[in-house]
Amino acid sequence: MSNIIKPGEDEAGFTKPLYAPIKRRSFFMYAGATAGVTALALAGCNDDSDNNSPSTPGMVDLGSGDVGVLNYAYALEQLEAAFYAQVIATPYANMTADEKTYLTAIAKHEAIHRDFFKKAIDTAAAGKTIPGLTPDFSKINFTDRNSVLTTARTFEDLGVSAYNGAGKLIKDTNYLLIAGKIVSVEARHAAYIRDLISNGSFAADDIVDANGLDKANDVATVLTAAQPFIKETISGANVGK
Amino acid sequence: MDLFKIISDIEKVDPEVYDRFDTRRRVFKHISGMGKAVTAATLPGLLGTMFNKAYGQSSNLSTEIVQTLNLALQLEYLEYHYYDTGLKTSGLIPSADIPAITIIRDDELGHINALRAVLGSQAFSPNDPTRAAFDYTAGGKLPDPFANSANFYGTGQAFVDTGVRAYKGGAPSLMSNKAILTAALNIHSVEARHSSHLRLLRRGGVSATADVTNLNAKPKSWISGTDNGGPVPAVTAPVYGAGSDANHPAESNVTQANINVQTSSTAPTGLTITAAAASEAFDEPLDAAAVKAIARNFRSAVGATAGLFN
Repeated sequence: MSNIIKPGEDEAGFTKPLYAPIKRRSFFMYAGATAGVTALALAGCNDDSDNNSPSTPGMVDLGSGDVGVLNYAYALEQLEAAFYAQVIATPYANMTADEKTYLTAIAKHEAIHRDFFKKAIDTAAAGKTIPGLTPDFSKINFTDRNSVLTTARTFEDLGVSAYNGAGKLIKDTNYLLIAGKIVSVEARHAAYIRDLISNGSFAADDIVDANGLDKANDVATVLTAAQPFIKETISGANVGK
Repeated sequence: MDLFKIISDIEKVDPEVYDRFDTRRRVFKHISGMGKAVTAATLPGLLGTMFNKAYGQSSNLSTEIVQTLNLALQLEYLEYHYYDTGLKTSGLIPSADIPAITIIRDDELGHINALRAVLGSQAFSPNDPTRAAFDYTAGGKLPDPFANSANFYGTGQAFVDTGVRAYKGGAPSLMSNKAILTAALNIHSVEARHSSHLRLLRRGGVSATADVTNLNAKPKSWISGTDNGGPVPAVTAPVYGAGSDANHPAESNVTQANINVQTSSTAPTGLTITAAAASEAFDEPLDAAAVKAIARNFRSAVGATAGLFN
């Protein structure tokens, strides 16, 4: 089975689809090839699966402790990086010059975040880095501005809430600082994307509460929201533990 | 303000919130017992009392946490009075922007209430600092921010970016209390959202592009390099510069956890990772001493007497 993934194995092969623009036809190939596997993977998935030793095909376990938190961030940044790479490779109809400028800038930021986490985890905990993930963007219409921007808003707000929620799970001060350095950039992105959709919605009531506080989501909530966009089944049961 | 909604929201962040309020039953008993007395006007005070009980302020908070939250609280007052004065200055803010500035002003007030609720009697001052505690021209070094919207948004950007760096720098000192750390992070990202919008306004709105040769006046939505020192470099350069020690580099930093994030990143096809992009991808924390040095520019004689930013 070609879809068996272990941490640290065949990195280049699995990350390649995320770095390169993905053609529409490729999506269908991925979708067809993995549909059955995903069903099997789900059937074989249990809650008490051991961390860092995923043996179930198509499953990726983020691991435990701070490494789990870093892998969690790495997974989300892979998703964002792949999304924006596709957005700028196949611009939606009537993308303005300044939209192109800033969506390109965001694509670079997310690629930087992704590659930073890979290298940081490789350095801190060799062999525990999750593999490159395979995105599933089949529900996104990259030719349609609204489809792209609403998906971008979902990813950015989700990213902010994920980092905010993960802060308390982090044990190493340096990693907390790193998370803080990134989350504010994600919040800047989120505000910009929101303003593109509806100017003035950068901190609207649906995302910032009556006390002026952003959201903080736990790992399970974030992964449930992110899972439909990722082919592999992600397990974050031990993140931060 | 809907109290039940707020508690429900807190529950999402802190599933044990009801336990902190003794028990779910007792929360509702207390609230229903207050009956009609609970109004929008009394709710913030009531909330404060409940939060104090729930998160056990006063003696339970470490000195480190109290100091960090008090600096944050003072910065929030600096911001709140700034936007509030702007909104009360007739003709200053273009009518199309008033809703956005109102959101920002109200968020800052929410932050003040949240911080005061946690700090309780350990808040730096028993009384709210008034507008008179602040001098928004920095002793005449900045143009009058209430004279036109360009000045107003410029100084506002410097304040929010200082706030983002201050919360980030303070986060490690809050690690011993997970609920407080999470609340601070939830404020931190809102400040970044504010910054993004003010920057958008400064460069001319959603259809405008930043001027990379004049980031002072027409910035990107994120901090690029040191933004040429910000809106008025003579005063705002420290907002984007290095802090008091090597752990607090300038916003132009491209080395994270000993990794050069410019040279070690693979750009999307056909693109290049520039130093500017590498610096933009990470915001930098600022230490308390550097934050206070920036903020002291903006206290009046009244504020100095009150001990603001000491």
